[in-house]
Amino acid sequence: MRYIVVILASVIWLSSPAQAEVRAVYDFETRAQELRFQELIAELRCPKCQNQNIADSNAPISEDMREQVYRMMKNGASNEEIVDALVSRFGEFIKYKPPVDKRTILLWAFPAIAVIGGFLLVAGVVWRSRRRDEEGSGLSEADKSRAERILSGEEDQSERL
Amino acid sequence: MKRLFMFLPLLVALGVGVFLFAGLGKDPTKLESALIGKPVPEFSLPSLKNPEQTLDTSVFKGQVSLLNVWAEWCPSCWEEHEYLMHLANDKGVRIVGLNYKDTREAAFRFLNSLGNPYETIIFDSEGSLGFDLGVYGAPETYVIDAEGVVRFRHVGVVNQKVWEEGLLPVINQAKGES
Repeated sequence: MRYIVVILASVIWLSSPAQAEVRAVYDFETRAQELRFQELIAELRCPKCQNQNIADSNAPISEDMREQVYRMMKNGASNEEIVDALVSRFGEFIKYKPPVDKRTILLWAFPAIAVIGGFLLVAGVVWRSRRRDEEGSGLSEADKSRAERILSGEEDQSERL
Repeated sequence: MKRLFMFLPLLVALGVGVFLFAGLGKDPTKLESALIGKPVPEFSLPSLKNPEQTLDTSVFKGQVSLLNVWAEWCPSCWEEHEYLMHLANDKGVRIVGLNYKDTREAAFRFLNSLGNPYETIIFDSEGSLGFDLGVYGAPETYVIDAEGVVRFRHVGVVNQKVWEEGLLPVINQAKGES
């Protein structure tokens, strides 16, 4: 047990210098502005690292993009203007939420299509089984009584085989 | 009707197979430039060789050029440089260099050891033009037509395959129009 504590402690101690990186510090006048900045950089995607937002990424390009977001915010740009400015340079790729247009309509509509499709499938199965119940199993009275006898063990099945 | 339903899973599997197969071999790290069909962003930056000289978008006017974004710190730039030398010297391609986030000293060290295929080199130490172009990973190579409009972008090393399949057809098309 003591070993584990020592190992864990050393892992934590050793890993901290690796994480210590120099990041630009952005100053904001109000807490609301800072939150807006954090929100913006969290929803923009780093073009170099693909699956990280520019808030998390350490790539130089993300640093430049954060810088640009900060600069535009300071100059009073709206969120939309900031996102548009970056999209005009790096393309739609950097938006985590793609816009609804001709190319992306299938992507957006797919959840609805899947739900409706699934609903139709279930409805179809239920409808068919209902219809089958109404029609009955298709056995004659004689067959039914014989089946009951077999199930209750009164008749030996082997005589039919 | 029932028989047809039996084949449904097979059809679904085939459909998914075709869809996934189409995605194989595609490189998700290569993005199309947002600037295709748009003019090169306005800039005013010094020349690498002559700090007194200021360059702007007029360097692209009048002839079709390649714009190659490079830096001494970029390993793939070292790799592609020999091919760029070949394009400039043997094929007579006009290449404009964009030295991206580098120092003059490092840039000259690079050119002195590998040669200079560039007709002009824009010195962008802050990476401002690079940012406006949407450069996200050097080396990047753009085809700029005689009007100064971006026609094509390749991210990564330029080699014979990229030249023949990507850059050359676009250059020929751009030349045919002007």
